Amino acid sequence: MRDLLAAVHALRERLGAIPQADERQLQDLKTEILGRKAGALTKILGELPALEPADRKAVGGAANALKRELEEAIAARERALAVAARTGGSVDLTMPGRPAWRGGLHLVTQVVDEICDIFREMGFTRAVGPEAETEWYNFGALNFPKDHPAIDAQDSFYLSPGVLLRTHTSPVQVRTMERYPPPIRVVSPGQCYRRDPFDPSHSPVFEQVEGLVVDEGVSFVDLKATLSAFARKCFGPHTATRFSPSYFPFTEPSADMQVTCSVCRGSGCPTCKQSGWIEILGSGMVHPAVLENCKIDSERYTGFAFGMGPHRIAMVRHGIPDIRLFFESDVRFLSQFTGRAAP
Amino acid sequence: MILSRRWLEAMLGRALDPRDLEHRLSMLGAPVEGVVPLHQDLGDVLIAEVLEVKKHPNADRLSLCFVNAGAASPVEVVCGAPNVQAGKKYPYAPVGAVLPGGLKLDRRKIRGIESNGMLCSTKELGLGDDHAGIMQLDTEAAPGVRFLDVVPVADHQIVIEVTANRPDLLCHKGVARELGASLGAVVKLPEIPGGEAAVGPGGGPTVRRSGPDGARGTVDGVELRLEDAEGCPRYLAAVIRGVTVGESPTWLAQRLRSIGQRPINNVVDATNYILFELNQPLHAFDLAKLRGPAVVIRRARGGEKIVTLDGVTRTLTPEMTAICDVERPTIVAGVMGSAESEVSATTTDIVLECAYFQPTRIRRTRRALELSSESSYRFERGIDMAAMPDALRRAIELIIAVAGGELREPPLDLWPVPVEERTIFLRPARVELLLGMPVARPEIEQLLSSIGFFVAPKDARLAVQVPGWRPDVTREVDLIEEIARLKGYDAFPDELRPYRPGTVPDAPLERATARVRGELAQAGFYEARTFPLGPADGPDSIPVLNPMSAEEGHLRTRLLPGLVRRVEHNWSGRTRDIRLFEVGTVFRLGKGEEGSGKGVPDEWISVAGVLTGARRPPHWTEGAKVPDMDLWDLKYHFELAVRLAHPSSRLRAAPGGRGWEAIGPDGAVVGWAGTLEGDAPVWAAPLFGFEVRLVLDERAPVRYRPLPTTPAVERDVALVLPPGVTAEAVAGVLRRHAGPLLDSLAVFDEYRGPGIAAGYRSVGWRCSFRDPGRTLVENEVDTILAAALQALEAELGVRRRTAG
Repeated sequence: MRDLLAAVHALRERLGAIPQADERQLQDLKTEILGRKAGALTKILGELPALEPADRKAVGGAANALKRELEEAIAARERALAVAARTGGSVDLTMPGRPAWRGGLHLVTQVVDEICDIFREMGFTRAVGPEAETEWYNFGALNFPKDHPAIDAQDSFYLSPGVLLRTHTSPVQVRTMERYPPPIRVVSPGQCYRRDPFDPSHSPVFEQVEGLVVDEGVSFVDLKATLSAFARKCFGPHTATRFSPSYFPFTEPSADMQVTCSVCRGSGCPTCKQSGWIEILGSGMVHPAVLENCKIDSERYTGFAFGMGPHRIAMVRHGIPDIRLFFESDVRFLSQFTGRAAP
Repeated sequence: MILSRRWLEAMLGRALDPRDLEHRLSMLGAPVEGVVPLHQDLGDVLIAEVLEVKKHPNADRLSLCFVNAGAASPVEVVCGAPNVQAGKKYPYAPVGAVLPGGLKLDRRKIRGIESNGMLCSTKELGLGDDHAGIMQLDTEAAPGVRFLDVVPVADHQIVIEVTANRPDLLCHKGVARELGASLGAVVKLPEIPGGEAAVGPGGGPTVRRSGPDGARGTVDGVELRLEDAEGCPRYLAAVIRGVTVGESPTWLAQRLRSIGQRPINNVVDATNYILFELNQPLHAFDLAKLRGPAVVIRRARGGEKIVTLDGVTRTLTPEMTAICDVERPTIVAGVMGSAESEVSATTTDIVLECAYFQPTRIRRTRRALELSSESSYRFERGIDMAAMPDALRRAIELIIAVAGGELREPPLDLWPVPVEERTIFLRPARVELLLGMPVARPEIEQLLSSIGFFVAPKDARLAVQVPGWRPDVTREVDLIEEIARLKGYDAFPDELRPYRPGTVPDAPLERATARVRGELAQAGFYEARTFPLGPADGPDSIPVLNPMSAEEGHLRTRLLPGLVRRVEHNWSGRTRDIRLFEVGTVFRLGKGEEGSGKGVPDEWISVAGVLTGARRPPHWTEGAKVPDMDLWDLKYHFELAVRLAHPSSRLRAAPGGRGWEAIGPDGAVVGWAGTLEGDAPVWAAPLFGFEVRLVLDERAPVRYRPLPTTPAVERDVALVLPPGVTAEAVAGVLRRHAGPLLDSLAVFDEYRGPGIAAGYRSVGWRCSFRDPGRTLVENEVDTILAAALQALEAELGVRRRTAG
């Protein structure tokens, strides 16, 4: 019995040679040890029935375990040799890997998401509204005087008298204020429509992200600080902002925000028309008439609103010369921006 | 709005730096769109005195001039101008000088005589159109002095953007007022050369108010009747007799040119000057052409016609105000005058109109006639009703100074319902609340006063009187904006303060669309964004009343047609493998959602995808061409989209057989997938597409299912399906009869051909059985499967395929 165990142990030594064996050596090894008739391990297993039950268990256990290990090692080596045979003996690891189709989000979607995510960090949620609107929601409730030149800048597509495609996402402000009490902190992304020519810098269909804050004690300082914080997160921590007076019927005071040009960092370049600044958004304190139109007490509550164009931001940040590229949906364009847009 | 730096300088009495102006104006709310240097290219031109003029020996029309241009000895210059005279001064471009347009002067021979430079005409200097003669200068300056130092034409055009609420910035005085506040300078109108000589000191006679009802009167024999006081709340007129219509003096023509206006004649130029100086549109018309003579301000009669200055016949409506004589309209009020009454070379007596027209009336007229003018632009935004008499007096002074004539009677003022200046009460506490920073009361007073508001204390508040040129300032908040604007937005700190979280939940629709977008992008599709406007794509598509083109005349009811156009675009760029998706709004005629008005269409979010080309990117290990995507790739992605967008729906074969439909719980078709037709090049692969309506559903959290601990028993069976029997039917029978132990069922093969009867097919199924509680016995599985196969034969005529 001792001898049999020792023989099993001795055969175990042979395991180590298997990973280097060539095909012939492997075949010889199999015949020598595992051969059906004369294999050394086969013989040992053949002697088991003659042993005492206790010995049979010990020897049998060891022999069977070794048999399994040998078989596995031989099979692995055979597979490796087969691969080597197919590849002429060596693998060229510089050959390209096997690809799968990849897709991705539209650059404008990415920019919208990024803008909304930045505001989410500052407590804003996302709100939406319909694209076909009434004149009341698009103009009237927003304090646009009837028959006023301010409406000219937003030349609209009409669907029927009094019904149009929204020219901005500001109607969502009104719908939100009608439905929810202050405090309100929302951003509303969405598609807007104006009768602008389709040229390198205009499109009759464009995306807008608007924001609205209404609460007690909201001031112009909050407006400036919130939007400057946004600019630093969107365009980089060293971005400076500059606010200048502007006009929107639904805000008073109104302000345009410019940021230092991200291309030249303020020294002047073609992107910023040599000014060092790029206009990014319009904003202002919510006009009391708008609050009143939404049945919010304009003495108790104040607020600010802002709006920006993700197309424009994308064009500035990614050096895209023509807004029409966004709508052509050429996969050679779309595939350039498949990762998350980096600031 | 184009401003002249020099004109502003004349009002502010100080020099202005264009770059500084640019910054100041932007920060005051009038962003500068451009700064254009004017005539800075005349630096090489000198003042020269012609000493002697002789005939050119070889040319009749040329003369030989001896010119003192400041050098020690005179130079010889050949000149072709008939007006050259000895003893006069002219602009002179020496040899080497570069003139506007880049022309560099050489020393060259003209008909055998060498000419040392050139005496210049206004056209050659870019200062006018006159090329008949050289520009004679009336100056004391010594020969050799730079032309630009003597003739003040070097200027800058400052182009500003004026927002719709600030009509006061549409003239030099208004902009100077803002700059004056910013620079601490006082605004004073420049003196009109010859003005005092024309009308005496103090600007001539003051206007007189008309009779009791304020709506009629006579001025110098001309009857005035204001019949449409709604369209024209205030109307002033003067009669000037004996004017000589001709060219404007250089200073006036130059001023107009400096802001890009072409001089016309002295009377018209004078009215234009006042327009750009004071923002008061004026109209001068020929008294001789006036029947009556009367000026009647009334609503036009329906169908009344007028030939406007541009030569076009316009038909008026009662919605428009017209300035008429006793018979017919001579002016479309506030928009344009008639060709007939225009001031011409033969005009001697003029009526000078100075009116305020109601802004919306002008706006509607202008839109109806599709006719805009500098005047209509200003009336539409609102001019200063209080400043009209002063503007008219200045215009009279200017006209008489440049065109002669006399004013026999003071101008008449028709103002039936005088409007008082607005007073607004301002609470300093409210200023701090809204702006987030205290502004001291004296500072508030100082800021508002600096641009012409009159401020007086009124208990804890300030009573602020709004000047006439600021029609936009109507409530307290407008004054607060003025304070912030004048203080400068830079003065407010960038200080993030605490805030309360809002009450508005995230829109579920936004989350849903984000999820769908992400999953489809993961599945290998690129997101497209197509125009929601296009050709009609179905009977329900909504037409746009005022489309920009017929091709974009309707709102889409589906996304697929737009996506097919995008595929075609990609094909035209030689791209063959295309997978695009879109998540976008579609519109259909409807009753409208709750809360929206009549005629508002139904709109919802649709999810669509198109796919064509190779199933996967080629790889060198596979060598040969990768197979193209087919119906089964489409079905997989359609199922994916339906699961994401409309999980409660189920699929069925679409009528016609080539595709599928998704059917909602209420039986409505909510999605479709199938082959698509496109304008495909020969090398293109088949095109497939799917579209499904997005619904919001309450998604219950996914429940955990225990992982199996017992082994499965698998059986592969090949079944012969008679014609018309579907895999879905077979699977149904199998599942029903095999019971809960059938863990999974999957098709792994389909075969038609030899060994199988025509019309029949063999479908291979892999059946996996498992009991979560125990290890199944093989016999047991065979028994279950046998029973299920028996049922299949009985119910569907499906038999197991026999070997061989």
